[in-house]
Amino acid sequence: MIALRSWEGFLFAVLILIYLVNTWNSPVFLTVGNQINMFQLSVEKIIVALVMTFVIINGEIDLSVASVMGLAACAFGWLVQAGVPGGGAVLIALGIGIACGAFNALFIVGFGIPSLVVTLATMIAFRGLARVLVEDRGINDFPAWFDAVGQQGLIGPVPLAMVLFAILAVIAFLILQRTAFGRKVYFIGANRAVAEYSGLDVRAVKAKIFVAAGLVAALAGLLFAARVGAVRGDVANGFELDIITMVLLGGVSIFGGAGTMSGTILAILIVLALRNGMALENITGHIQTGVLGILLILSVMVPLIRETGARLIARAR
Amino acid sequence: MRIPLGTLRILVLLAVFVATVLFFASQIDGYLNARLFNRISGSVAVIALIAVGQAFVVLTRNIDLSIGSVVGCTAYFTGGILIAYPELPPALVPILAMAIGALFGAVNGFLVARFHLPSIIVTLATLAIFRSILVQSSDGSSITTDRLPTWLTSFATQNAFTLGDLQVRWIVVVSILVVLAAHVFLTRFRAGRTFFAIGSNPDAAAFAGLNAGRTIFLAFVISGALAGLAGFMFLSRFGNITVVAGLGLELKSVGAVVLGGVNIFGGSGNVLGVLIGAALIDVIDNSLVRWEIVSEFWREAVLGFLILLAVTADTVLMRRILRRKPKGTP
Repeated sequence: MIALRSWEGFLFAVLILIYLVNTWNSPVFLTVGNQINMFQLSVEKIIVALVMTFVIINGEIDLSVASVMGLAACAFGWLVQAGVPGGGAVLIALGIGIACGAFNALFIVGFGIPSLVVTLATMIAFRGLARVLVEDRGINDFPAWFDAVGQQGLIGPVPLAMVLFAILAVIAFLILQRTAFGRKVYFIGANRAVAEYSGLDVRAVKAKIFVAAGLVAALAGLLFAARVGAVRGDVANGFELDIITMVLLGGVSIFGGAGTMSGTILAILIVLALRNGMALENITGHIQTGVLGILLILSVMVPLIRETGARLIARAR
Repeated sequence: MRIPLGTLRILVLLAVFVATVLFFASQIDGYLNARLFNRISGSVAVIALIAVGQAFVVLTRNIDLSIGSVVGCTAYFTGGILIAYPELPPALVPILAMAIGALFGAVNGFLVARFHLPSIIVTLATLAIFRSILVQSSDGSSITTDRLPTWLTSFATQNAFTLGDLQVRWIVVVSILVVLAAHVFLTRFRAGRTFFAIGSNPDAAAFAGLNAGRTIFLAFVISGALAGLAGFMFLSRFGNITVVAGLGLELKSVGAVVLGGVNIFGGSGNVLGVLIGAALIDVIDNSLVRWEIVSEFWREAVLGFLILLAVTADTVLMRRILRRKPKGTP
């Protein structure tokens, strides 16, 4: 059971509150169609948020994920247009994602350059490569099965992307909270120097996480292309903000070493429900993002508020 | 003769800049002429201002990702105020823009300095919040050139002086003056050195009695004010301001700062380097459009890989230089 006093407990209470308010405001909110729609509109982001949880708990950051999504999607489109069969194009696009992650890892782990700087640069560079591939065109002549995978239900009305998210969420949870690798991720994030002196393979763990981030981002990019049925150079542009917000709101510390997968998943649900609720009230995307920004600041202030409150109570006694 | 490390870095950067210009001159017909300078100097002026503001923040071990939204907001609000009060004395307008920008910067600074929140989170959030304030207050309408006073829209093309065919615009002069003032302040004044002290060793700075909170707050206010001034120039140069104005400028500013040799972990750097970094980014950006062999769509990719290359070279070289120093020397 989730203790109510933990951050996860608090998030759970907030989530229920948002669901209640949304249901009160709109009769549409709780319908199956809207709930699936709510997930589907952001399914690519929430898939990447799972792997971003590993990156940030490990004490790093990956700003390039949205650009990897764009590059994989554009590479797929370019390959299909060049006559490569769809299945092959999917595999190559996933390979490009792995290559992007390995490229990041080379500079972060190999040369010891801060991940903030490396992924800021590759965020621009990978996005640039996507634009080189498709220039200012849009590509939409995908194989019919590819569009179908993105737009039709796999299990009843639930599309493949959501099924994949559910499977990946379980896998991510198990790896992070139930394996030795997961413990290493926390240990390195909490204190890298001590982890190194304890003989942990810090560089290997970090490299694996960045490669995984590249692969998952590429997968998400392909799912986006399949859902929308077209790619352009700006596919997934700016998604990194939403993705990082979800993870941090979930209670993952930006300094590494703390946070849980269940926190991230709860935060994902909160962000989705909040955005969907605002959309049903006809609030535009920019304003929704602004509200998420306020939420992000509040979430990092909560430990502070709690501390101050405790101190005030102690003083009053 | 031994050249100080900081000076060496600037010289290398300058050499890279000259090499880049010469390279494009060998590739593009009629490249190296006065028109090149006239075209590029205006946009460098804007980016240099933002980058110098960013440098103040980065020196203190922080980062300001909201800067593009601040430029957009100040350009929009300054334009809006001028449309409502077209009689405002022109000299007051840039000051007004800086004040608006400083206000946004103060919000960042307050959150970061007062509550010790990580700046990357705060400014990631305010990047979105400021942009949504802009969207909310604009209600979808834009500032257009024809509604602005003519002195403003012609200001961006007014020359301070000309050297032969070289037209040196007022905005370029202002921008260079700001960079020089920032350089003198950071290198010659006690208050300026504080930024380095806080960034290179916060604990030591605290023991020395320096007020870290106030310095960090000030860094964000300076960053906001310079973004405000850049917003004014942005408004003057383009006239038409939509809700996406200034989008992505935070990346260019961080790029210029990093290329310019400011340590992303704070404590060292030089704003003259930042100016060259800003110029380098803009020259590449502008020249690739005209380079026939390579499609203009390579711009972003080249920029990204260049930043990565510069940082890697810098890190690897610095490490080697530091290792070679005999033990005992600082």
